[in-house]
Amino acid sequence: MTHHFNPSSPITNISRRGLLAGVGAGAFVLAVGIPGNMSARAQDAKYGAEGMPNGIRDDPKVFVAIADDGTVTVTCSRQEMGQGVRTSIALIVADELDADWARVKVAQAQGDEARYGNQDTDGSRSIRHFFMPMRHCGAAARAMLEEAAAKQWNVPVGEVEAADHEIVHKPSGRRIGYGEVAKAAAELPVPQGDAVKLKDASAFRYIGKGETGLIDGFDMTTGRANYGIDTRLPDMVYAVVARPPVYGGKVASYDDAEALKVPGVLKVVTIEPTPIPSEFQPLGGVAVIARNSWAAIQGRSKLNITWDDGPNKAYSSDTYRATLEEAARKPGKVVRNAGDVDGAMAKAEKRQEAEYYIPHLTQASMEPPAATVRIIDGKCEAWACVQAPQATRERLASRLGIPVEDVTVNVTLLGGGFGRKSKPDFVVEAGLLSKAMDGAPVKVTWTREDDVRHSYYHTVSVERIEATLDASGKPAAWLHRSVAPTIGSIFGPDPKHELPFELSMGLVNLPFDIPNVRIENPEAAAMTRIGWYRSVSNIPHAFAIQSFVAELAHAAGRDHKDYLLELIGPDRKIDPTMIDDSWNYGEDPKLYPLDTGRLKQVINLAAEKIGWGRDLAKGRGLGLAAHYSFVTYVAVAAEVEVDDQGTLTIPRMDVAVDCGPQVNPERVRAQMEGAAIMGIGNTLFGEITFKDGRVEQSNFDGYEVARIDAAPKEIHIHLVPAPDFTQPLGGVGEPGVPPVAPALTNAIFAATGKRIRQLPVKQQLGV
Amino acid sequence: MAILRVNGEERQYDGDPDMPLLWYLRDELGLTGTKFGCGEALCGACTIHVDGTAMRSCQTTIADAEGTSITTIEGLAANGDHPLQVAWRELNVPQCGYCQSGQIMQAASLLKDTPQPTDEDIDSAMSGNICRCGTYPRIRAAIKQAAAATEGTKL
Repeated sequence: MTHHFNPSSPITNISRRGLLAGVGAGAFVLAVGIPGNMSARAQDAKYGAEGMPNGIRDDPKVFVAIADDGTVTVTCSRQEMGQGVRTSIALIVADELDADWARVKVAQAQGDEARYGNQDTDGSRSIRHFFMPMRHCGAAARAMLEEAAAKQWNVPVGEVEAADHEIVHKPSGRRIGYGEVAKAAAELPVPQGDAVKLKDASAFRYIGKGETGLIDGFDMTTGRANYGIDTRLPDMVYAVVARPPVYGGKVASYDDAEALKVPGVLKVVTIEPTPIPSEFQPLGGVAVIARNSWAAIQGRSKLNITWDDGPNKAYSSDTYRATLEEAARKPGKVVRNAGDVDGAMAKAEKRQEAEYYIPHLTQASMEPPAATVRIIDGKCEAWACVQAPQATRERLASRLGIPVEDVTVNVTLLGGGFGRKSKPDFVVEAGLLSKAMDGAPVKVTWTREDDVRHSYYHTVSVERIEATLDASGKPAAWLHRSVAPTIGSIFGPDPKHELPFELSMGLVNLPFDIPNVRIENPEAAAMTRIGWYRSVSNIPHAFAIQSFVAELAHAAGRDHKDYLLELIGPDRKIDPTMIDDSWNYGEDPKLYPLDTGRLKQVINLAAEKIGWGRDLAKGRGLGLAAHYSFVTYVAVAAEVEVDDQGTLTIPRMDVAVDCGPQVNPERVRAQMEGAAIMGIGNTLFGEITFKDGRVEQSNFDGYEVARIDAAPKEIHIHLVPAPDFTQPLGGVGEPGVPPVAPALTNAIFAATGKRIRQLPVKQQLGV
Repeated sequence: MAILRVNGEERQYDGDPDMPLLWYLRDELGLTGTKFGCGEALCGACTIHVDGTAMRSCQTTIADAEGTSITTIEGLAANGDHPLQVAWRELNVPQCGYCQSGQIMQAASLLKDTPQPTDEDIDSAMSGNICRCGTYPRIRAAIKQAAAATEGTKL
C-alpha cells in the first residue's frame, strides 16, 4: 500500500524561470507573460511542452524563411549553450522540409514567447518538447511549397512532390527550386491537422543520423562566434560591479575618489540591493563605468566600500554541515512512506547506515555572465547570454518600469550555461546602468571572481540512509533522510524543504523492490542563493543511493552489479505518482512511467562493455552506478587506478544511455562525454565553501574543475536504440552527470578499499 | 606610444601600457575571438601567439608585447583552414565553443614545437586550457588527427 504524503499531488509546474504555482500563494505566480487562454488552461493538468508557460508553437511562418535563392533559414527559439540545439532544431525542420542541409542557416529568436512558445532552455527539454512541433513546422512548410508549385503549374497538388530542395511534377518531370516558389508559398494559409503529412521515419535524411556537422562549427573554430561578452555597439561603455560579499548584504558607505582618478573611468553608480529573497534581481552594490573593461576593473579595485553584511554573515560551511547532519539524525517531514519501516527495523538482525555529504558547487561556465543593454526613447534593448530570454524581458521591464513590449532581448550564443544563465540578474544590472548613463549602451562583464563569489549555488546536502539486511543480504527496510536548502528559497519565504521537483530528482522515486520504504526531508534553511546546476538535486540523491547500494552489496558479500539488479527487481513500469513522485519532469506519468527494465538494461550494457568482473592489476578497480533522471536512463561503469601516492587516473569509462529516440545521436554522445567530464570534476575537485557568509573560493585555483589530464583515457558512449520514432523522447543534457560520482567512488572502493562518503574526493586518497 | 603587430598589421596604442593585451584586443581592436575566462592565467581561454609561442593574453601587458608580433585566432589561418581548425570541425569538437579559440591556439603552439605529440605531450601542453563542457576526449583526438594530416609538413 502506498500513502501519498505530498500535499500538492497535482503537478507543480516548475519552470526554471520561476515557479508558476506551488509553495505560498500568489508570491510566485508570474505577473506577466501568460496569455489569458494559457492561464485558464493552466487549471487542467498539462504535461510536457503543453504544461510549460506559453506552451509550444509550430507555425512555419514563424520559424521558416526561404529566400529567392533557396536559402532556408530556420529560427531557433531555444538557446545554444553547447548542447547543439541550433543544429538539432534546424535538422528536424530541414528533414521534414526535405531541404538540402548545405543550404540551411539558423537565426536565433529574440525573447518572445507569445510568438515562439516556451523558450526556457533548461530541464533537458528542448528536443524532447520541440521534436514533434518542429517536424510539423517543416512538414507544413513543405506542403505549402508543393501547393504553390501546383498552382503555378496549374496541376493537382497530388501530382507534385518536394524532394531535396526542389518540387517535382511527377507526370511531366518538371522541376522548380524552393526559392522560386517561396514567395507564393508564404502567402498561402498554413495547412492544419491531417493536411500536414509527416515523413515516415524510414525516409529521414538527417533525423537519427548524426551526420550533419555543427551549424556553428566554422564560427566557433575561427573566433567569429558571438557570445554575450562579445557584444560591441557604437559608443558602448564598460562596467564591472562590486557586489555585497554576503547574500542579503548592502553598501553601508563607500568612497569612490580614487576610483574616479583611474584614466578611462567615467562614472561610479550604486545599484540598489534586492532584499532577500532576491529571485532573479541584482544583488546591488557599486558599479564602475569606464571606456574599456580594464579601466573599469582597475577603478573597482580602488573603491573603498564598507558593507553591511546582513542576516547571513554567520554562514560557514563547517558549522552548517554539522547542522545538516544533526537534522539528518532526527525524524523529518515524511515525503514517501510505504509499509512499516520502523517495524522492519526493530525486527532486523543486521542494519547498515551511512551519511554522505555533497558540497555546494558553482556552474563556472567558461563565459562568465555578461550583458549589454541600451535604452532609446524609453525602449530597452538587451544582448545577453541567457537561458530564459522571456524571463529576462520580464525582469528588465519590471525593474526599469517599462512595458514588456518595449523590451527586446537578443540572445547571443552562451559560453556555457549549466543553469547559471537561467537567472538574468546580470542583465538587469546592465539595464540599470544604462539608465544611469542616460540610455547609453553599457556592457556589464562579470570577472571570474564575481562569478564564483556571487553565483546561484548548487545546494549542499547531507544524505543519510539506513537499511536492514535479511539473511539473503537484501534490505527489508530502507530509510533515507535528505537534508538540503531548496531552490524555492530564492522565490519567496524559505520553504526549508525540498520542493516536489527536487524530491522527484531521484529521491522519492526510488525504483527499488523493497517492501518498507520511508523517505524524509528534514528542514534546512538557505543562507545563500541556491540555484539550478546541471542535473540539480539528482547529484546528491544519486551519489548517496548508488554509493549505499554498493555498501550494502559489500556488507552482504555480493557482487555489486547483481545486487543492484536484484534491488531494482522485476521488469515493471512504475507509475511515478504511485511512489509519490508528483512531478516526473513535468511529463505525463502514463507516457513516461519509470521503466525498471530500461534501467536494468543500461546497467547490463555498461557493465558488459567495461568487462565487469575481469581481473585487474593492483591499484585498479571497477565501479558502477545507474540513475534515472530527466526521463532518461543512464548507467556509468568506470575503471580507476590509484597509485601509491594516492593519485587517481581513469583509464576507461563506459556510459550506457537510454534516452528514447535520438534525433542527433552525434550530439547525444557529445553531451554524455561532457557530462562524464563535468561529473568527474564534481567528484574529484568541486567544492564551494563559505566562511562568515563569504565564498572562500574566487577563481579556478580555489574552485577546481576537470582539466584534460583528469579526463578518462578512453570513454565509450553506448546508446540504446529506440524501437522507433513514435516513442517518447528523454532528456539528454543533464542525465549523464548524476551516476558519474558514485561510479567513480565505487571504483575507488574496489581499487583501494576506501569508501568515499563526502565529495569532493580531493585529498582523501593521499598517503 | 606602443607599437605592436597584430595579425600582420602594425598597431599603435597610447593608452595604459599596463593594460593586458586581452582587453586591448577585445575592447580596442574588436578582436573578440580571444576570450576572457579568468584574468589570472588559470584557464587558457585568452591564449594567443606572441612571436609564434602560446601566451596568456590576460597576463601579457601592452608594454610586454611592444615590438612583438601577435597572432590571434582570427589570424591563425587566412580561411580558417589551419589543420587543427579542420580537424576540430571534422570531429565536431566544440560544444558551447567559448574556450575553443584558446584550445586551438594552444594546440597550434604544441604542434609547432612537437609535430607528433604523444598522449602525455597533449595532456601536458593542454592542461592549462579549461573546457567546462568537457570536450577533452575530442580535443585529444583532433590534435592527433591534425598531427597525422600534417606529418612531414612544418606548421
